[in-house]
Amino acid sequence: MSSLDSAPSAPKPTASVKLVLLGEAAVGKSSLVLRFVSNDFQENKEPTIGAAFLTQKCTLPNRTIKFEIWDTAGQERFASLAPMYYRNAQTALVVYDLTKPTSLIKARHWVNELHAQASPKIVIALVGNKLDLCNEGGENDEEEDRRKISTEEGRKFAEEEGLLFFETSAKTGANVRDVFLAIASKIPEEVVNKRGGVAGVKGRTGAGEGRVDLESRSGENNAGGCAC
Amino acid sequence: MDENYDVIVLGTGLTECILSGVFSVEGKKVLHIDRQDHYGGESASLSLSQIYQKFRQGETPRQSLGRDRDWNVDLIPKFLMANGELTNILLHTNVTRYLEFKQIAGSYVFRDGRIAKVPANEVEAIRSPLMGLFEKRRMKRFFEFIGNYKEGDPSTYQGLNLDRNTMAEVYAKFGLEPGTRDFIGHAMALYLDDSYINKPAREAIERILLYVGSMARFGKSPYLYPLYGLGELPQGFARLSAIYGGTYMLDKSIDEIVYEDGVAVGVRSGDEVARAKIIIGDPTYFPGKVRKTGSVIRAICVLMHPIPNTDNSDSVQIIIPQNQVGRKHDIYVAMVSSAHNVSLKGHYLAMVSTIVETSNPINEITPGLHLLGPILEKFIGVTDLYEPIEDGTKDHVYISKSYDATSHFETTTDDVRDIYERIEGKPLVLQKRPENDDENFTAYE
Repeated sequence: MSSLDSAPSAPKPTASVKLVLLGEAAVGKSSLVLRFVSNDFQENKEPTIGAAFLTQKCTLPNRTIKFEIWDTAGQERFASLAPMYYRNAQTALVVYDLTKPTSLIKARHWVNELHAQASPKIVIALVGNKLDLCNEGGENDEEEDRRKISTEEGRKFAEEEGLLFFETSAKTGANVRDVFLAIASKIPEEVVNKRGGVAGVKGRTGAGEGRVDLESRSGENNAGGCAC
Repeated sequence: MDENYDVIVLGTGLTECILSGVFSVEGKKVLHIDRQDHYGGESASLSLSQIYQKFRQGETPRQSLGRDRDWNVDLIPKFLMANGELTNILLHTNVTRYLEFKQIAGSYVFRDGRIAKVPANEVEAIRSPLMGLFEKRRMKRFFEFIGNYKEGDPSTYQGLNLDRNTMAEVYAKFGLEPGTRDFIGHAMALYLDDSYINKPAREAIERILLYVGSMARFGKSPYLYPLYGLGELPQGFARLSAIYGGTYMLDKSIDEIVYEDGVAVGVRSGDEVARAKIIIGDPTYFPGKVRKTGSVIRAICVLMHPIPNTDNSDSVQIIIPQNQVGRKHDIYVAMVSSAHNVSLKGHYLAMVSTIVETSNPINEITPGLHLLGPILEKFIGVTDLYEPIEDGTKDHVYISKSYDATSHFETTTDDVRDIYERIEGKPLVLQKRPENDDENFTAYE
């Protein structure tokens, strides 16, 4: 498990936080998560199949954030991602590929969509991935610089929209942990104290007013002792 | 899209999405297409702008209704029975994880010109204003009968044979009045008309037990409702399908079903052809292969207040039994509100619906509209209902039925099971997904 887990475990409030990944296909959404959750990377990874969400804890000095990381399950490939996917998210990672200009246009689309559909308090991080393909200032003479989107362009967009901003490499691991730590620190306190409506996650604290847990068989409440 | 699949599904209504999810989990390669740019087909929940586009093209929503995102307006009025089959499927497939549910606060029935809560057990029956003192005692004995009824134990049958005695005979045995029969048959067994009365009582008794059991599950009413509207249900099952490898394409026109020797082998969109041995879809994709079975009128009404005389409930179902208003079919009123994240705060969405019997359907729903009080906005549509002419075993085209006028999803899940059995030749058996499925990292590849 990640070193993020290894902090001494004094009793701290733990909050489960739903994190969704958004961005054009093949920008490295799943790879970022793989790096974060198991510190691993797979070259030529196949499109995502088979995982609904993964969990990873992030321990901060005053609290622990347990990320429930929801993948797109490939539904973004043909512009078919269901709004249900990002509706209850408390935080979103909007990922683009630093070497692919169209992916930033798509990222803008997702930021707009989140502003329209998601919770107003959602914490959004804009992440330009594939930093390993950018060879700034010819540091390494062997490699050409494939960067097409400048840091400035990404940062400016993030500032305009009030987003956290990082450039990462899932391949080398550069800045990946920082993204999740920054998000964890920015989750509002009230979300930690009171779950803000994360759907159907095991171990949630308090189902919210009037919400029912379909899995509980003990929730029977016979308004007066029905014989049935 | 130019590929071979095991199953191609057309339309993302709930029926299609459940089947898509089930087949993907079973390991089949599924391509799922919708010509519209959103999920749900006829069972979608629409945003404010989509509702105006559908019902009032060219008009802009009135300003007081707020932002588009505050609204998720259902096109069909249905609730889940807490103990019903859809709840069961949601649990078995773990799709419950993607959704949150609330109870519908009250279940009401119209009798003698006013509405009252549907009693679902002896205690409520005693308190109910629906019946006089003697009738209450008879009702109590009826409840005791169905509560104690145990299959295989003749001492609980009270001399009745549910496969031979009709429901009329059961009512007669307990001496129940016509008005009481109305609310038992229509507000508890949830029949749309009175044809059940002269059939063997078993089905009606089972439906009453489903109602009573659903009621007992969470307490306030037998009905559940997903936050953000019914359109979340197909999206949840679509996600299930995608997680198991299903491919989704929205906003994709279907120009042709491709046949070879009278058997469907694929679909064409533009110059792309996807091939599969099994094609599933809703009736709108197969106009030549379906027949009309009737029409339903549905009026979506925006209110600024809860429905009067319902104890200020944030959500209710009201059933107006046919006999009470001189009709052949019941009128349904279903209301949800901002408590379910389907409307702007302080607004309520009530839908009044019935099966069309005359050439003036708007008149037919008047008794329902009268219960609502002042209506801020009203969107009325008449929808034709279709069913497939053939069962699909010959041409490999398996068509679902339109969403009917019932107030719950039991007939929808019947259709899912029926289509599955037509395709596979065996009944659908749901395997419980392993609990740690989602968090199993090896599943990630």
